[in-house]
Amino acid sequence: MDTNTIIKASLALGGIGFLMGGILAVASKVFYVEVDAKVQLIRELLPGINCGACGYPGCEGAAEGIAEGRASNTACVAGGADLAKQIGALLRMEVSDAVGVANKALLRCGGGSSQVAHRYVYDGQPDCQMAEQLAGGPLLCSYGCLGLGSCVSACPFVAIVIGEDGLPKIDWNDCRSCGACVTACPRGIIALVLENKEVHVLCRSHDLGKEVRAVCKKGCIACKACEKACEFDAIHVIDNLAVIDYQKCTSCKKCVEKCPTSCLVDIGADK
Amino acid sequence: MERLFLIFLAAFLINNILLIRFIALCSFFGVSNQYETTIGMSMAVIFVMTMASAVCWGVWRFLLDPLGVGDFLYIPAFILVIAALVQFVEMVIKKVSPTLFKAMGIYLPLITTNCAVLAAATESVKPGFWKLGLEYNYTLGESIIYTVGVALGYSVVIIMFAAMRERITIAPVPRSMRGFPIAFIAAGLSSLAFLGFKGLFGI
Repeated sequence: MDTNTIIKASLALGGIGFLMGGILAVASKVFYVEVDAKVQLIRELLPGINCGACGYPGCEGAAEGIAEGRASNTACVAGGADLAKQIGALLRMEVSDAVGVANKALLRCGGGSSQVAHRYVYDGQPDCQMAEQLAGGPLLCSYGCLGLGSCVSACPFVAIVIGEDGLPKIDWNDCRSCGACVTACPRGIIALVLENKEVHVLCRSHDLGKEVRAVCKKGCIACKACEKACEFDAIHVIDNLAVIDYQKCTSCKKCVEKCPTSCLVDIGADK
Repeated sequence: MERLFLIFLAAFLINNILLIRFIALCSFFGVSNQYETTIGMSMAVIFVMTMASAVCWGVWRFLLDPLGVGDFLYIPAFILVIAALVQFVEMVIKKVSPTLFKAMGIYLPLITTNCAVLAAATESVKPGFWKLGLEYNYTLGESIIYTVGVALGYSVVIIMFAAMRERITIAPVPRSMRGFPIAFIAAGLSSLAFLGFKGLFGI
């Protein structure tokens, strides 16, 4: 390749570059469109963590949706009632002071590594989905928490840490109910529950009581003691698992005292 | 006339860019979740691809080829031209027609980096690419016909595939196969079906 070709090549490409750059520079002035200032203001109020719980592609999309009136001021789940008020004030909307009860993520499993029996030692990538695919997971309980922290890495608000006994601990002060951990969990253990309900069944096992007892000390054995203890007809054993009807539950905690394996837990106690 | 028809058909069906040649798979799987988005994407692809080929044809014929630097400079030159063109078109549409911008606005920047656009531009403009054994003169008309064929092939397949994927989402697919795995299998089967067009009109 001689010098001539190099000069020609650089001139050709440089020429195209300069020409296109010039055209774009002129065009950006000629075809300038003013952006809605509301979008930017709302964008600054939003958490900016792009959790996607609102259903829009990131906070940018949510800000546009709110500004254009496609979404309400309460669209941001993570921001909660405070943010809804701020956005409402910005948009000069009527905002009521009534604050709804927030949802919080709850790990519905009590079987820590000292409680539950293992089938094998999982030594692969720390990812629950992968462990789940390897012969049905390292636990003998096919419903229990694998404790490998897929929810921890999914949480955009750093509200989940793996606590003692290898179970994830969800800090309700930091939880903004975006539901990222709910979808991350391959076993569907985490659910969003109402913040003001204090009694929960921390077990997902539908196995027979005998089988549950064989693999886990904290599992629900479907003994129906809670069903008998409940005065409000709020708890029933369905498919070998105690299920609370939160519409009827008054958090009286009578069932918690009767539960032999203490899978019924009063989470208000350590809140 | 007959040759133009054959060029169009070859680009559109027989050598379909998505299912036979597997170019532009990223957008093929990325936006084919919803039927509506694929229509916007298809419109944008047809528009950008045709324009990109026409402009690249001019760049090749009047700049790169006369200077004798085309053989090694065509990829950066075409990418530069296509990127600037898409930017420019985006600005114009945003100003002139907000409705059209809403319909295909977010897809325009996506298409800048779409390999199918570069593929269609180079194949229809630069001599030396394999073209189904057809006589091909590299005139502007043929170049545009070829590109329209490629773009329409892209559109038809991606819209058809989105309709399929919408049905698959409500079908009882095993959990580990949901989402992309089943989409890849569906794409493979559609590709096999498209192999049936081989040999149509002796091409």
